[in-house]
Amino acid sequence: MRERPAKEFGFDTRAIHAGQRPEPYTGARAVPIFQTTSYVFEDPDSAAAYFNLQEYGNTYSRIMNPTVAVFEERVANLERAAGGVAFASGLAAQAAALFTMLVPGDHIVSSAALYGGSITQLKHLQRKLGLEITFIDPDDLDLWRASLRPNTKLLYGETIGNPGGNVLDLEAVATIAHAHGAAFMVDSTFATPFLCRPIEWGADIVTHSATKFIGGHGTSIGGVAVEAGTFNWSNGRFPVVADPSPAYHGLAFHETFGVYGYLMKLRAESLRDLGAAMSPFNAFLFLLGLETLPLRMARHVENASEVAAWLERQDGVTNVRYPGLASSPYRALARKYLPHGAGSIFSFDLPGGRAAGRRFIESLDLWSHLANVGDAKSLVIHPASTTHRQLSDEELTAAGISAGTIRLSVGLESSPDLIEDLETGLRSVQQMRAEATA
Amino acid sequence: MSEPGVPERWQDPFTILGILTSAKTIAIVGLSPNELRASHFVGFYLRRHGYRIVPVNPREKTILGETSYPLISQIPFPIDVVDVFRAPDAVPEIAREAVRAGAKALWCQYNVISPEGGAIAERGGLRVVMDRCMKVEHARHLGRMHWLGFNTGRISARR
Repeated sequence: MRERPAKEFGFDTRAIHAGQRPEPYTGARAVPIFQTTSYVFEDPDSAAAYFNLQEYGNTYSRIMNPTVAVFEERVANLERAAGGVAFASGLAAQAAALFTMLVPGDHIVSSAALYGGSITQLKHLQRKLGLEITFIDPDDLDLWRASLRPNTKLLYGETIGNPGGNVLDLEAVATIAHAHGAAFMVDSTFATPFLCRPIEWGADIVTHSATKFIGGHGTSIGGVAVEAGTFNWSNGRFPVVADPSPAYHGLAFHETFGVYGYLMKLRAESLRDLGAAMSPFNAFLFLLGLETLPLRMARHVENASEVAAWLERQDGVTNVRYPGLASSPYRALARKYLPHGAGSIFSFDLPGGRAAGRRFIESLDLWSHLANVGDAKSLVIHPASTTHRQLSDEELTAAGISAGTIRLSVGLESSPDLIEDLETGLRSVQQMRAEATA
Repeated sequence: MSEPGVPERWQDPFTILGILTSAKTIAIVGLSPNELRASHFVGFYLRRHGYRIVPVNPREKTILGETSYPLISQIPFPIDVVDVFRAPDAVPEIAREAVRAGAKALWCQYNVISPEGGAIAERGGLRVVMDRCMKVEHARHLGRMHWLGFNTGRISARR
């Protein structure tokens, strides 16, 4: 035996090596990009074994691909999951994770402090697939408990909520879910496995938009869902996971594959049926991202902490919602779940409403005005004039933001340069206000 | 995260790999003829990877094309591993039979947890693996489990 299977390697080592061994045929050290749709079978018996799920084999890249598999295993390893399945986007990963376990009439209790795209997706599922969904204030544990119904199958939230920076009490919500025989799913995109591993606190499924910090450079769209392998899907409440599958001659996935039952189903049924596969080239770029994830996240956190602390000291800036600040209501939860830092995405308010927000954005030179987060480049957006522009001021308040809310995704540039640019923006807003009063 | 009653040495990766690389003949106690059952998946897989499979199931004549024996003691040739798909309370007697048959290892599948059975096998000089799947461990260390995104836990820079 030449390797050391028993050793527990450090996070940084696993971020670089997990899921990959040098390619045995050529010795290539980098992960090869297997840009192929399909795979030649050794013989008819092998082909049959692959299609019957009796052997781990490659058949078609909509279902599995060797480059994508390295990415899947690496994320699963970093998250301490049994395995993972990659998708064409974070929203695709989330849709497939839900599709694998739910049937019409099932009820989801979800945090209301979610990425807007997730809220829209859940609302569409509600209307089109007959799911029941209750959106709640994620900070109120009594509300999580009180919202449970006999048909509640899933509790869902984000490690760090959007846009208020709510840190979810993962351990408490997991306990509430499991006492009810329900699963607990967490979107951990803003934290990445470097800052928080929800499975260690009881989560069953963790999803990521790999587009953000995992890729880290704003180049590619992708997502991944990983599962702990410990939830009892045969508890009588998840017929589509536990019951015999007509597509596989009556195979009962969870009973037969145990720890790997949900993941097999996620791949062999949901990914296959929904078809939102990750491209091998995108997987290659995400793997490059993961190699430096620990270094980048440490710097993202350092820069975000400096920018947030500076903003909090400025006149004319209110509600700096960074969970890492001493003033944050989420400080205690952040210390527990995010000991290495509270990420680098947060929002703050400018008095002066939409006009102030617009003026601020226009005055910036170094921050990129766009609709993404988790890039090496620092990003900024004014929700009231972009993503949320159709909402009235009252509706904005209901969504947890104001007409003057600015969201930042703090990148990896020199922090004095970032602060100087923000200072220019604030000065410009002050000038506008002075002109208005004059 | 081992279950109560399963000491770490019964899930030791070096022991597991040692058994997988040295075994040639594996008696599978409780092997089902139903191809949708977990035991059948495991038997099929191990046979595909070159092991000789010996079904031990009193209700069947042949499984996976191999003669099925009612008891381990009736297998007329040496066996290396006894792989168990039975309820935990059946394990002590199976362990005694495995010792008498001169097997080198007792392997108990997921949830087949019997500290008593494990101790009997160990006293008889057998290596013991418990609450682990022989197919999964083969696929993890020697096979292609990584092709489907499962976390094998393997880290190595060797070709």
